[in-house]
Amino acid sequence: MTFRIRPAMLKMAAAAWLLGATGAMADTTLEFTQWWEPELPAGSLRKIMDEFEAANPGIKVTLVSGPYATTRDQISVGAATGTLSDVVGLDGAWVNNLNAQNALADMNRMMDASGFDKSQVADIIKVDGKAVMFPVASFVYPVFVNMDLAAKAGVSKLPSTRAEFLEAAKKMTHADKNQYGWVLPLSLQTPSGVQNDMMSWVWASGQSMMANGKPDLEGKPVVDMLSFVKSLNDAGTISPGIATKTEQEKVEEFVNDRVGMMIDSLAHVNLIRKRNPKLNFDLIPVPVVENYNGKRGLPYASWGIGISAGSKHQEEAWKLVQFLMSEKVNAKLVSLANAFPGNVNAKPDFVTSDKAFAKAFEIFKTGYLANEFTGLPVAEDLMTQFDVEAQKMLAGEQSPEQAAANAQKGWMAKF
Amino acid sequence: MTPQKRSHHRLKRAVAPYLYLSPSLLIIGLLMLLPMVTVIAYSFQNSAVLRRDPSFAGLKHYQAIFADPVFWASLWHTLYFTCMSVVFHMTIGMVFALMLNSDRINPTLRNILRVLYILPWLFTAVIIAVIWRLLLEPNGVVNSILMQMGIIGSKVEWFSSPETALHAVTFANIWAGYPLFMVSLLAGLQGIPKDFYEAADIDGAKAYQKLIFITIPQLMPIIISISLLDFIWTMQVFPLIWITTGGGPIYSTEVLSTYTYKLAFSSYNLSQASASAVVILLISLGLTLFYIRYQKAR
Repeated sequence: MTFRIRPAMLKMAAAAWLLGATGAMADTTLEFTQWWEPELPAGSLRKIMDEFEAANPGIKVTLVSGPYATTRDQISVGAATGTLSDVVGLDGAWVNNLNAQNALADMNRMMDASGFDKSQVADIIKVDGKAVMFPVASFVYPVFVNMDLAAKAGVSKLPSTRAEFLEAAKKMTHADKNQYGWVLPLSLQTPSGVQNDMMSWVWASGQSMMANGKPDLEGKPVVDMLSFVKSLNDAGTISPGIATKTEQEKVEEFVNDRVGMMIDSLAHVNLIRKRNPKLNFDLIPVPVVENYNGKRGLPYASWGIGISAGSKHQEEAWKLVQFLMSEKVNAKLVSLANAFPGNVNAKPDFVTSDKAFAKAFEIFKTGYLANEFTGLPVAEDLMTQFDVEAQKMLAGEQSPEQAAANAQKGWMAKF
Repeated sequence: MTPQKRSHHRLKRAVAPYLYLSPSLLIIGLLMLLPMVTVIAYSFQNSAVLRRDPSFAGLKHYQAIFADPVFWASLWHTLYFTCMSVVFHMTIGMVFALMLNSDRINPTLRNILRVLYILPWLFTAVIIAVIWRLLLEPNGVVNSILMQMGIIGSKVEWFSSPETALHAVTFANIWAGYPLFMVSLLAGLQGIPKDFYEAADIDGAKAYQKLIFITIPQLMPIIISISLLDFIWTMQVFPLIWITTGGGPIYSTEVLSTYTYKLAFSSYNLSQASASAVVILLISLGLTLFYIRYQKAR
C-alpha cells in the first residue's frame, strides 16, 4: 500500500504550523490587580496602560479593578492559592503578611539586572531584606486648619509645636457652640486613626515607635504622645464621640466648621472644597515637640506596587513597574490621583496650579515620608490593639504609661 | 409482569424521589454543606487559607479562643443583645398588633399607624445604623431633646461611652426588629375566633383576663416560633453593630460576629476565626434543633 500525501493535507499541516508559530509569538498578557482604577477619573488608568502597551509591543495588560477592601481580600486569597496576579497594587500594611506567604517577588534582583536607578524612587519597602514594594503615589497627612475659626479665636500664629497646638485648640474650643479645637477618630471599625492621628505626632518630631525592629511603645516618644493626646482630651478640646468616630465623620465635622484643626489626607482637599466651597482653610505640618529643629516625618498612605513571586512573566511585570515609576508617567498618574509622586523627580501639575497643593508639596519636600506601620505584621490588628488601650486611657481607666505598656505587651505577642 | 420487570419497576419507584430531590440536594451541598465543612476543617488547621500546606492544629484554636477574655465578653454581650432584643421585639410587637387589631381605633388612623409601625422593617441594616448614629451622636437630636426636657444635664456619648454603648445598639436593634413580631401576631390575632371573646364577655371577663386567658394562649405557637427564629437571627447580627460602634468603645459592644470578623480580617487569623465561627454554628444549631423539635411537636 502506498501512502500519498494529498495537497489538502499539506495545506492543513501548513495552517497548523502557522497557527502554532503565531501562538508562540502571541502577546504576553499581564494581569494587574489594584483598587486605583475606580478612584481615578474614568478610563485614565487604562489610557496609561495603553501607552505602556504601545511602548512595549508584545505585552498586554489586563486590569483587575475593585474597591480597596475587595482588592485586599482578593490579594490575600490569591497569595494563599497561588493565583496572585502578575502585578499587584499593595498597601504597606499588607506586605508583611504577603511576604510571609512568599507571595511577593524580590525586586532587588530585577533592579540590579536592569540597572534601575534606585535614587529616583521616594522609598523602597523591604521585608527581610527583600524589596517587595514601591510606593507609586503617596497621600500625605498634614494638619488642616480652619482659618476663620482660628482668626475668631485669636490664633494669629499657626501652631508649630505641640504646646502651641494645645493652646490653639483650647482657644478654638467652644463646647456650648459645638465647636472644638481638634478631632480624633478612634473607631475600632477602621483603626487607622492610630496611624494617621496619633502616631503621626511621633513621626513628625523625627521619633519612632520602634527600636531595633521591635515595638518600643513604652519608650519616651510614644508615652509623650499619649500624654499629649490625654492633655488635649482633659482640656476638652477634642470633639466628643472619639471612640466611634470614623475618618469620614472627622472630615464632615471639619467641613461643617465644628472643629478647628484635623490631621487628614491631602486627597480630601477637593472633597472638602466640594462640600463647603466657602471654607477657608490652610495646611501646616504636624507640630513637633519643643526645640525640635530636624526634618519632619510626614505620615502617608500609599498606592504601592509589587510583583507576584509566582508570576511566569516577571520580566514583563518589572517593565510595567519601571514604567509606572518613571518620571513622566509617575507625574501623570499622581496628577490624576492628587497624590505625591513615588519618583522624586516627578512633579505633578497640580502643585503649580493650586495654592493648597503647592503648600503641601513644600511640606512634602522639606520633610520625609514616615509610616512605621508599613511592613509590620498584621498592621491593622496592631492599630486595633493600640486603639483599645488609647480608648481606655481617654476613658480614665489607665494612665498613658499603662496604655503604652499594655499595647507593648499585645504587640510583642504579634512579633 | 415478569419478576424482572417488577423488580426494575420497584427500583425506579425507589429512586424517583431522590432524583426529584437531587437538584436541591446538590445546591444545598454546594452552597451550604461544603462551606460549612470547609470552615470546620479550617478550625483544625494552622494558618488556614494563608498557607498552601496548612498543618493539623488539633484543638489549639478552640483552646485559644476559650482562653481569650474578649471571647467570653463577646458571648455575654451577644446574649444580652439577643435576649433584650427578642423580649422587647415581642412586647412592642404585641402591643402594636393589639392596637392595630382593636376596633376602638378609627380605621383611617389605624391604616396610618399600620404604615408607620412597619417602617423600620423597610430599612436596611446600614440605613438603620446611619439613622441611629445621627440621632444618638453627642450633638444629635436625642441629646438635644433630653437636655431641653431636663432629663440629662450634659451631652451623653451614647455609642462612644462604654457604659451606654451596648444599651444603645440594643435599642437600635429593638427599633429595627419589632415589625416582624407585629405583623406575625397581627395575623394570629385576626385568626382567633370571635366566639371566644363573646363567650368571655357573657362570662363577664375583663379585658386583661381575655388577654391572659384567650389571646396569649391562642398566639403562643406564633410567639414561640417567631421568638426562636428571632433569637437565631439576632445572635448573628453584624452590620448594625459594626457600623455603629465597630465593637467598641474598648470591647463594650464586641459580639461574637464582630469578634470573628476581626480575627479573620484584622488579625488574618482565619483558623481562629473559623473556630469562633464553629462555636456560633453550634449555638445556632442547638437553637435550630430546638425549633425543629418544637415544630414537630405541634
